[in-house]
Amino acid sequence: MLWVLAGLLAVACTVWMFQGLGDTRRGFLLGLRGTRLAGLLILGTATGVATVLFQTIAANRILTPSMMGFDSLFGLVQVALVAAVGAGGLSTLDGVARFWLALGAMLVLALLLFAPLLGRGGRDVPRMILTGLILGVLFRSLAGFMTRVMDPNAFAVVQGLSAASLTRIDPAVLPWAGAITASSGIAALVLAPQLDVLALGRSSAVSLGLRVRAMTLGGLALVALMTAAGTAMAGSVAAGSPIGGSAAFFGLIAAGLARGLTGSVRHAALVPGAALSAALVMVIGQVVFERVLGLAGTLSVVIEFVGGLFFLYLLLKGRLR
Amino acid sequence: MIEVQGVTHAIGPAAILRDIDLALPRGALTALIGPNGAGKSTLLRLIGRLEPLQRGRICVDGQDITRTPTADLARRLAILGQNTGIASRLRVRELVSFGRWPHCHGRPTPRDRSAVAAALQMFDLEPLADRFLDELSGGQAQRARVAMTVAQETDWLLLDEPLNNLDLAHARSLLAQVAAMAGQGGRGAVIVLHDINHAAAWADHVVALKHGRVHAQGPADAVLTERVLSELYETKLSVVQHAGRPLVLHHHAA
Repeated sequence: MLWVLAGLLAVACTVWMFQGLGDTRRGFLLGLRGTRLAGLLILGTATGVATVLFQTIAANRILTPSMMGFDSLFGLVQVALVAAVGAGGLSTLDGVARFWLALGAMLVLALLLFAPLLGRGGRDVPRMILTGLILGVLFRSLAGFMTRVMDPNAFAVVQGLSAASLTRIDPAVLPWAGAITASSGIAALVLAPQLDVLALGRSSAVSLGLRVRAMTLGGLALVALMTAAGTAMAGSVAAGSPIGGSAAFFGLIAAGLARGLTGSVRHAALVPGAALSAALVMVIGQVVFERVLGLAGTLSVVIEFVGGLFFLYLLLKGRLR
Repeated sequence: MIEVQGVTHAIGPAAILRDIDLALPRGALTALIGPNGAGKSTLLRLIGRLEPLQRGRICVDGQDITRTPTADLARRLAILGQNTGIASRLRVRELVSFGRWPHCHGRPTPRDRSAVAAALQMFDLEPLADRFLDELSGGQAQRARVAMTVAQETDWLLLDEPLNNLDLAHARSLLAQVAAMAGQGGRGAVIVLHDINHAAAWADHVVALKHGRVHAQGPADAVLTERVLSELYETKLSVVQHAGRPLVLHHHAA
């Protein structure tokens, strides 16, 4: 199944690269599309793998990192950095330095906030969702408050940051985001057997001698890194929706597809499965969006619609754990 | 020998265990009994390091559980908590194979495979080995979880109400298997039992807890008496002998 997915992804990438390519300015177009493609692949992989890891750690199949406020937290980190360093200081920092600074802050904050919350096993689904909603709103409100009290120059920098999107990928950040996503993904693959044990539940994992706390922290660190890398590079797929933006649903689709298609609960299959299906959905979605819908609306509307339906399906089927 | 010294445990303001001192012998099946809320599960979970120890000391064969690396402990002691609903899309054989994790860390050797096969056979799971857990009845899933714990092949087996959902034939066979395992080769088992007569029929050693304290402990015959049990449950009951074992009659006030 993984090979089929990989093949489909290769086809989709080829279609994306060479669709409607005229005779003129091929080099320029291919370069532009290559960057965008790399962005799509990185964002997809990061979101897919992060969601699978997060669901295993939270012992829950409908939560995603962005539902729990991971990407709002990253938005807040960025605004707070601008406020703390000052617009002048931050704009003299180049994109890469800013990226690393935000990444480090995100890592520390995510571990401090989410490790105590998830360490005890998130079996209480309603409580987890509510906590996520509240954290997301809290982070967004704090970020909103900061932008209101900061000076206009700093605000302009923040606007530039939050407008980051797939059409405006910072090429300097791209390789770093790619490297972080790839190494986190490989780390997740290496840890796959341990993750399988963790998925048995806390008490079984302890009985089998897994260092559950270290594993939870490590997994959360990977989730934070991938979320931060994806968001820093391409922005959140959409912000502002009450339950964490369509990235919430996008991760859900990716993880759900991976479980459905591989039919496995082994992370050695789930992790690459989620990465491939997420990247596939991203690339196909973008092709459809550009070619069929003629750029009407946004990609996030498409994803939110499909993802919302899928979310309802999971709710109705009672696959809530 | 499992030694528990001065263990006190509280959840919030509620004291669950107070100053517990125990020595649980090897080569015996120890039953933990007591009324609801006596602290049986908490004590078992503390010994199995599922809960952090707040006060006191617990040693398994002379090794302090808070200082021994958890991976080493997993080769000496296996604990099965009360049913927590395990990831559903696993096959029974896969679940039982996880019991070998402490020994093979995901790379099973022939030795591991034979241990899994033995555990499957022991709990009558061979016909179900390739079924998914979410397609089993509660009792079948419970047997699979016990089989996983047994496949760990540890010296100590800690089981929290393992008879949940089991029919009487499987309940008896499980206790017989565990009693046989505990008896041979100086291994040991500690089981939280809800039904006093299961303890009466199979336990060598009994620890009775009440309100977080040790109410009585000792060989089964010494603890399972009318006086001790009536006090323990604050209910009048009578104990008769049946096939050389105590039998507790408690179902009716007469």
